[in-house]
Amino acid sequence: MNLDAILDGAALICLALGAFLSMAAGVGLLRFPDALSRMHAATKPQIMGLFFVLAAIALDQRSWVTVLILIPVVVLQTLTAPISAHMIGRAAYRTHNFSDEHTLVDELGPAVDKATREQRRRGPER
Amino acid sequence: MSAASLLFWFSGTMLLLASLFALYRIVRGPSILDRMIASDMLLTTLVIVVGVEMVYNDHLDTVPLMIVLASTAIFASISVARYVSKQDRPKDESGRRRPLGRGPTADHPASGPEAPEQAGNPAPEKGGPL
Repeated sequence: MNLDAILDGAALICLALGAFLSMAAGVGLLRFPDALSRMHAATKPQIMGLFFVLAAIALDQRSWVTVLILIPVVVLQTLTAPISAHMIGRAAYRTHNFSDEHTLVDELGPAVDKATREQRRRGPER
Repeated sequence: MSAASLLFWFSGTMLLLASLFALYRIVRGPSILDRMIASDMLLTTLVIVVGVEMVYNDHLDTVPLMIVLASTAIFASISVARYVSKQDRPKDESGRRRPLGRGPTADHPASGPEAPEQAGNPAPEKGGPL
């Protein structure tokens, strides 16, 4: 068994792992009850699944040029995925798209109350 | 059937299932946020499919497509999340809209003991400035 066969096998296993992570996220999307927990499931393959697939491409091609052109994909995805998750989570919190019985700690609630009180003290204008 | 083609079939089946589940959530999702999350996941699945195809056919032609998808997926989420309105709240069992912000719970009453409201001042509307 030479090195090429081992690297090909590793690439295939990476592919299978990435695809399985994607399917697991799909199941979570299907079965979880509210938007925040669905977001928890759906954001797993955005980083880890993509990493597995990019690692599979790099292991398959086996050249440094490939790694260089795959780096922008990683950088852009890790830059943009947290921002979109933050925006969606913020909107889900504002519209109360989560279940109270599954929420143990709400650290944002007191901050929202405080901000509301300060806004009231400043008056309706603003 | 060799082990390699078995693993490719496994990946393809998993990705097909993932996109079908996401599609179901897009069609059925009760709120627009669920649809947005599902379409985000569908896009991620598409990027993964493009990567699997590159490994299968042993080429690098579609890497620019991956870069573009990874960098522009954010715009849909941001623009939708920005304009989610108060009418998009989920309904409870009796069909009423749930209140904005967190609901009053046992250890977080509507007006906390550390923050007494002034007399005659109604409880602040939840989810005002965020």
